[in-house]
Amino acid sequence: MSWALFIVLAVVTLGGGLAVVASRNVVHAALALLVSLVAVAGVYLVLYAEFLALVQVLIYGGAIVIVLIFAIMLTRSAEYPRTSDNKQRPLAALAALGLLGVLVPAFLINAVRDTEAQNVAFTDIGKSLFTTWAVPFEIASLVLLVALIGAIIIARSGPGEN
Amino acid sequence: MVDLVWFQLLSAALFVIGLYGVLARRSAVLILMSIELMLNAVNINLIAAASHMEGFGKFSNFDGQLIAIFIITVAAAEVGLALAIVLRMYRNRSTVNVDEINLMKW
Repeated sequence: MSWALFIVLAVVTLGGGLAVVASRNVVHAALALLVSLVAVAGVYLVLYAEFLALVQVLIYGGAIVIVLIFAIMLTRSAEYPRTSDNKQRPLAALAALGLLGVLVPAFLINAVRDTEAQNVAFTDIGKSLFTTWAVPFEIASLVLLVALIGAIIIARSGPGEN
Repeated sequence: MVDLVWFQLLSAALFVIGLYGVLARRSAVLILMSIELMLNAVNINLIAAASHMEGFGKFSNFDGQLIAIFIITVAAAEVGLALAIVLRMYRNRSTVNVDEINLMKW
């Protein structure tokens, strides 16, 4: 059962990813990204990481893709077909395949076999987040605040602009 | 049960797709989308390792899930900031094509 689920989700994830990097229409690329990210949330569910699946759907599906689509709307989408790929495409494919050729043997050689995915309780995640990881947690909230203020300052029009 | 190595291979494949997108795409927004793919590949790897923690003996814990939460946080911050930069770029240069943003190239 979990095998069938995993294979379907992996195919959807990788297919969505390929559509993101291959689509000539930028809005289609954004929608393919949404499909891929929701499938990744499904992969988290196969791994029994319910909290992360929830966070994935909320933040990626609900926030990041919407913000990306806003950016597409606010820039001129008519010029996107012209700008979809650059001349480095063969080189990029070569680099990507080279990295795949390194990663796949590395994972296969060091494979950990015959272990079962197990659930981590919500309460354990919460306790760990506010004890062991309390300082990174506070820093993360500061990072978000600074990023928001920075984004507002960068994106607003200054004096003398229309 | 699905072995850990299959999740790792899925993560490697997704990361490589994202890498290709970052290198081959010309529009800044599409490059950002490819970066999101790469971050998700890393998250799959971390969460898979955290869920299969019994395979790692006495060093096992589920910290991978917490690191994944921080990666998602940083990804959200990064997307907000990067899209502000893209908007500013578009307003100043009327393009989102990274090949035409060459003032600081040599």
